[in-house]
This record gives sequence, C-alpha cells and structure tokens, in this order.
Amino acid sequence: MDPAEHLLLAPAGLDVEGLAALVAEAAGGAIELADLYLEHSRQQAFQLEEGRVRSGSHAIAAGFGVRAVAGEATGFAYGEEINAPAIRAAARTARAIAGRGTTATVSLVPRAPAPLYPADDPIDSALDVDKVRLLERVDRAARAFDPRVDQVVATLAASHQVVVVAQSDGELVADSRPLVRLSISVVARTPTRCGRGSAGGGGRSPFALFTGELDPETLARAAARQAIVNLAARPAPAGTMAVVLGPGWPGILLHEAVGHGLEGDFNRKGSSAFAGRLGQRVAAPGVTVVDDATLMGRRGSLSADDEGTPPAATVLIDDGILVGYLQDRHNGHLMGQPSTGNGRRQSFAHLPIPRMTNTFMRGGEVDPQEILASVDDGLYAVQFSGGQVDITSGKFVFAASEAYRIRAGKLAEPVRDATLIGDGPDCLTKVTLVGNDLALDLGIGTCSKGGQMVPVGVGLPTVKLSALTVGGTGG
Amino acid sequence: MTTTPDPTLAPAVEALLARAAQAGADQAQVTARSGRGLAVTVRLAKAERIEHRQDRSLALTVYLRGMAGMRTATCATTDLSPAALRETACQAVALARLADDDPAAGLPDAATLEGAPPDLALSYPIVLDPQPLLAEAAACEAAALAVDPRICNSEGATVSATTAAVVLGNSLGQLVGYPTSRKTVGCVVVAEQGGAKERDGWSASAHAPAAVESPTAIGRIAGERTARRLGGRQLTTRKAPVCFEHDAAATLLGHLAGALSGTALYRRSTFLSGWLGAPLFPPFVTVRDEGRLPSGLGSAPFDDDGVATQDRSLIDGGVVAGYLLDTYAGRKLGLASTGNGGGFHNLYLRPGDNDLAGLLRQMHTGLLVTDLMGQGVNLITGDYSRGAAGFWVEGGELAFPVHEITVAAHLRDLFGAVVAVGSDLRFAAPCTSPSLLIEEMTIAGA
Repeated sequence: MDPAEHLLLAPAGLDVEGLAALVAEAAGGAIELADLYLEHSRQQAFQLEEGRVRSGSHAIAAGFGVRAVAGEATGFAYGEEINAPAIRAAARTARAIAGRGTTATVSLVPRAPAPLYPADDPIDSALDVDKVRLLERVDRAARAFDPRVDQVVATLAASHQVVVVAQSDGELVADSRPLVRLSISVVARTPTRCGRGSAGGGGRSPFALFTGELDPETLARAAARQAIVNLAARPAPAGTMAVVLGPGWPGILLHEAVGHGLEGDFNRKGSSAFAGRLGQRVAAPGVTVVDDATLMGRRGSLSADDEGTPPAATVLIDDGILVGYLQDRHNGHLMGQPSTGNGRRQSFAHLPIPRMTNTFMRGGEVDPQEILASVDDGLYAVQFSGGQVDITSGKFVFAASEAYRIRAGKLAEPVRDATLIGDGPDCLTKVTLVGNDLALDLGIGTCSKGGQMVPVGVGLPTVKLSALTVGGTGG
Repeated sequence: MTTTPDPTLAPAVEALLARAAQAGADQAQVTARSGRGLAVTVRLAKAERIEHRQDRSLALTVYLRGMAGMRTATCATTDLSPAALRETACQAVALARLADDDPAAGLPDAATLEGAPPDLALSYPIVLDPQPLLAEAAACEAAALAVDPRICNSEGATVSATTAAVVLGNSLGQLVGYPTSRKTVGCVVVAEQGGAKERDGWSASAHAPAAVESPTAIGRIAGERTARRLGGRQLTTRKAPVCFEHDAAATLLGHLAGALSGTALYRRSTFLSGWLGAPLFPPFVTVRDEGRLPSGLGSAPFDDDGVATQDRSLIDGGVVAGYLLDTYAGRKLGLASTGNGGGFHNLYLRPGDNDLAGLLRQMHTGLLVTDLMGQGVNLITGDYSRGAAGFWVEGGELAFPVHEITVAAHLRDLFGAVVAVGSDLRFAAPCTSPSLLIEEMTIAGA
C-alpha cells in the first residue's frame, strides 16, 4: 500500500480500522453493498504543434466517493476533501436511499492487487526535457517522411491514478495505475488535396515503453504514411459488400458490435439486444471473443477493478455461442452472478458500472493474404477513428480512416473516410474467415459510457465479414 | 435574479495569482469553478439512484517572457490548501520553462477583457432536495410508459439540479465571475415488437427550473419517439433528398463550428480555410453565435480567456461571415478574438416559415433523419458519412421507420444543398437548429 498510504491514507489520518468504521457508516440495515473509494490522480501532458512545444499541462485531482446499494437502488455522494468527518457525512447521505437502519460492523482484510504493472508514478520515469525531445523527434521523423507533410500535432501524456477501495464485505484493495500515451496526428497537403493520418500508442508502463514498435519515429512515420495514402483516396463505395478488417485496432468492431451489448447493467435491465440470449449462437463457428484485464502492462488492464475485484479473462463468445456477460458487483449480485472484475469508474465522482478492459477475438488459422485473395469486390479497412452502438436495437457504426477497395482478390485504390454500419447480434454470424495474425491495438483507446471515460484495449486478427454496409458516396 | 458566486472562489483565485507571481510568472490567469448538485433516477416506478455532487477546481495558466514571445503552461488542482497552491504555481512555471517561445502566447489585450459582467439571467433559486425531484422523475417515466403498450421497459427518467459558479482573474487586474443554475429532466424508454427492441428518449434543460417543460410532457415525447421507431428496416442503397429533424440538424451546425474554429484554421486543418466572405450556404441561411442570449444554455459574459463575449453571425445570407476565435488563434491568424475561448456559445440557425410537416410535404419522397451515430466526419477533407435512423417519407407523409443505413456527402456540397429551413427552432441546447431539408445525399443500405 505504498503510494496509497503516502498519498491517500496518511494525509487523511486513516488506517484500516478507520476505513472500516467509515464503510460501516454507509452499510447496515437494508443496505446490501456499500463501498468507499479514495482516489489521488496526477496527469501531465506536453503538446507539440507547428514544430514547437506549445505548452505543458499538469493536473492533480483527489477525492472520495461513498456508495450504498439496496436492491436496485443506489445512493452516492462524493467530495474533494478526504477526511473522516467529510466521509462520514457523505456516507450518511448515500445510505439515505434505504431509509434509516442500524449501522453495520465492518472489518477489512487488505488484499494485494495482481502485479500487472509497476506502482511508480510514470510522470517521474523520465526527465521533462526528454519528454519534450521525444515530441521533437516525432515532428522531425514525420516531416522527413515526405515533403507533402504539412502539419504535425503530437501529444505525450502520462498519468498516475492511486485508489483505495474498501467494501462492506471486508475487501480492501489499493492499486497504483500508471498510464502513458503518445498520439500523433498528421495532415499532408498538395495544392488541390489533403489527407489525414494518425498513429499512437501507450500502456500501463513508464516512458521506457516508447521503443521498438512504439518507437516515436516509427509511430511518426506510420501517421505520415497514412496521411500520404489518404491524399490519393477516392470516394468510398456505398452499399453492402464483403469487408476485410485488418489486425489490431479494427477490433473496435468487437467493442461496439458485441462488447457494450454484453455489459451486465443493460442485460440485467433487459434493455440490450443480447438480453436473455446466453447459450445461443451469436457468431459464426470459430469466433471466440474474450475480455481480458490480466494482460501485462496493457492500456485496458487492471490489477484490481474499481470495486477491488481481481482481474479476469472472461470468455464472452465461445466458438460462436454467447457464454458470458461483463459484470460489476451490483449487477452481478442482482443477476446471481459473480463480478467478472469489470466494475470501473472514471473517478471518485462517478459510480462504478460494468465496462470492458481489453476485448479481442482469438486468432484462427487462415493466412491473411488468403483472406484478401478470397474477396472479388469489397473493402479492406485497417484503421478506424471511432465507433458507437445503440445497445437496444443492436445497430453499431465504426468509421474507417484508412481503407482500400479490394478488386479480384487484390488491394486496389485507397478510399476516403466512410462509416461502416451493422447489427451487433447478426454481424459476427457473417464472419467467414479468421486470420492467424491476432494483434492487440497499440494502446490508444478510450471508451465513453454514461458520461464516463475509461482507457480500454481492443484486438483482432484479420477477419472477413461476408456482408457489411459501407457508407461512402461512390459506386 | 442573480445570487453571489461561491464566496470562497475569489480569494482562492487571488491567492493563486500571488503564488504564480512569486514563482516567477510574468503573466498569469486563474479560473476557479465550484458546483453543487443532485441527480435522481427513477426506473420502473422505483427510486434507482440518488447522486449528490460537489465539485471544486482551480486552473492556472502562466506565461514567461522569452526572447521571441511567451512560454506557457497550465496546471489544475482540486486541492485549495496553501501548500497545494504553492506546488501548483511552481509546477506551472517549471513546465512553462520547457515550452518554446511563442509570439502568439500571452494574456489578451486589456481592452478586450470583460470588466463588469452583465446579468444574463443564468442563475435562479433551485431545489436540491431528492424527494420532489424523485416525484418529477416518476411522473416523467410514467407518462413515457403510458404512451404505447409496446413500451415495455425503461432505462429510467433522470432529474438533475445544479448550482455552480465561475470566477476568473488575471495579472492584468481582471477579477470577474458569475453564478449559474441548471435543471434537466429526461427519460429513455424501450419498446419491443416481434422480438426487436428500440430505445429513444427526450430531455429538456434550462437555467430557470420554471422554464423546463413539465415532466409529463417530456415523458410523453420520449414515449412517442420510441414507439414510432418500431418495425424499422434497411433501405436499399440510393441517392435521395434528406430532411434532418431539428436535433439531427443541430449536429451539422456543430461540424460547421468545428470547421470554422480558430485552432483548425491556423493549423490549416479544415476544409473551410480561406472561406471568409465566400458563399457556403444558399442566401436564406443565417447562422448566429450569441454569447449574451438572456438565459441561453451556452450564454456567458466572458470566455475562457476573460474576453467579453459577443452576439454575431457566422453565416450571413449564406456567406461565411466570421470565425470562432480565442485569443491565441486570433493572434495566429492576425485577427481579434471573437470571445470564443472555449468554443461557441449559443449557436443556432435562424428559423424559416415552414414546420417539419411542411418540409416533408416539400420533400415529397425522401429520408427523414432523426438520429445519427458515430464519428464519421473528417473536417480536414470535409468528408461526411454517419450512421442514421429515421423514416422513409412518401407523398410528404412518414411511410415506415428505417435503420442500419448511412448518409454521406461532402460537407461543402451538403451545406450548399440546403433547400429549406424549418420553423421548429427551440433553444434546448447550446447548439440548436430548426429542421433542414437537403436536396440530395447518398444513402447506403442493403
């Protein structure tokens, strides 16, 4: 409990017994679940544009949240001054959701989080002057790639979130979560055309992460290459056709098409298109989808979730059959299922809800070249700018930012940005080929749900969907 | 009806400005915000959630004079203790030393700053007691569920009430602030037919609690919007006229604002670079951004830089008449700030004469878009492609609901192809529009 002790408990004069007494204030009577969440987070970022480091930023946020749950009802209060009287007052406010009752007795047993990343603050893992130099390397490499590169904007960010979670059933976990990210955006220009490219990466790691495939020059050239490719892009086709998705970040398909629809809250309430479909076929044979928080150092990984539950690899779809939901404590409890370690919150000022961590499809056996060669007329999409889903109707979109036409089994011209749209419960039944090249994204994803943003990862091997609607303007 | 802003904010702002000067800042600005609020949710007639909110934060921007301009950095903290303020000021100065000299960086020119903020009627007494808010949420949801027997489930009705204050000060001596209040009532319900489910909802928000429509009226609209989506099907791929219903049309104005933003312009990252004075829309289109609209949801007497806001036109008679500039982007472009530090305020398109039914009669056959999905808008190239749902229209009447389609066009062509503007403008959000009829777009489907 090192950073937690230093940043959260000691300054507030709290120890294990003190925390237990405060959680007990929110528990008892009709309250089935109560928890106290303490958070101290620090963020630093540097931004470069037009070849100069424009500014740096730093932010510190600290506070606590108290939750009390009775049946389907939740009371919640939070504050920014972490001390026993403020927490006690908030606990009484939160538990008012269940009326008056006797206070419980809580004894807390500390448990160590899974060792998936170093506990140290990544902001201190490099000199600030070296962070600035890294951005300057990005700028030089992107501009050296091609004289048509006109604009380079790069941001290097690091954050350290330290949390303590104390549950009324006795769980007590502290977690220190490092996160670093480099994002690069490039515009290429000719007198008559322009193209956009982007690249980035990161993870739960110190700054030493930015070597190898996350080397700043490599990422800068990837963004510049995409901008140059898009200079020559023609209008995307319009209509339903075969679509091949490249490996890695296109796994956003899974996040939108099935991931959100399998979150426990929507299924407990029956508002998801997947509600009541456990045991049914929702994808083609050979399709297995997993949400895995246990991956070492990944952006979506968690040593303990925001309810203190240990991380897990949860199989959602097994060989095409729906086998699991993503649960937090509250929704799992109401559905008679254990938490899968997917209870996450943006900060102390937000309630935990079921969220994805790192969501990917397991690799198959087909050579990706064979997959492309199997398509007579279709689309090959390798980069996306984002997606969205209506979990009730199941309709989802994701927007391709680098894509090519496939003609007679060969890659043809690049096409302009276009949205792909499909139906979640139906889409994965149209997977006809699964490549042997599973890749996880490089660590750039942020998921938004109910106004809360959390870092996530996705992954995909090359896959072929026999039919998906492509929303271009061309023929 | 103005109340005093949080009395703790101004002293905190002055304390942090003093710390910044001690730490070596040549110029500094501090913005302090605080808020208190309550949000309650009722689902299937039972209290589901009561959230008590309380927030407070300080943000400091420092400038250090260099050989070729200023160096800058920004630091934020939720801790207002003297030790935290000292630490924040030192951090900011240390980070600024690492930035490059920038001739465009620095506080605004003193003449542009708002010295005596006018009362824009943004703050009203508001009830922060769960019980009456729960009763309103229950009434809202009950009205939605009663609309149609096929409405069988709910994501709940939420009522929230907040009061907040902002105080901004800088080393030029500006120290200004204002309080705000806000009440929001909204509801999302689920309807089912033949195994297929649809969700939709409706909400309303205002600074004055009394200005929010009744919970039952909001619930009824939420129910009607949900039930009418049942039985949706895909269209085949085609080109057709498209009518954007008011809220969908407002998203188009959001893209326009993005393409006219100062940051996009000085980075040459917008397809509207160099369009000032050129016709982008037909002559009957005027787009306004008003910072001082009384009780407007986006109204503010000053922007994020402390600069006085304005009421102005972005599109006047179809022609691009102005950009959205903060102090920094203005200097980069050699133009004055337009008081848009932080973005647009109340952005709206001036309404026409015809209601939505009239627009659909004029369209005769085509697509009514009621909902849009996804991020498929590239403001650098102007390519627009988004997921859509709505209704196919025949003979000026709704024929059947449609879903799982996309609508696509180049934004320049889309803006130029507005053929009619509806009369159904409501100031329900900082960005709002009447319904718009577009001559033709590409619809992708089956």
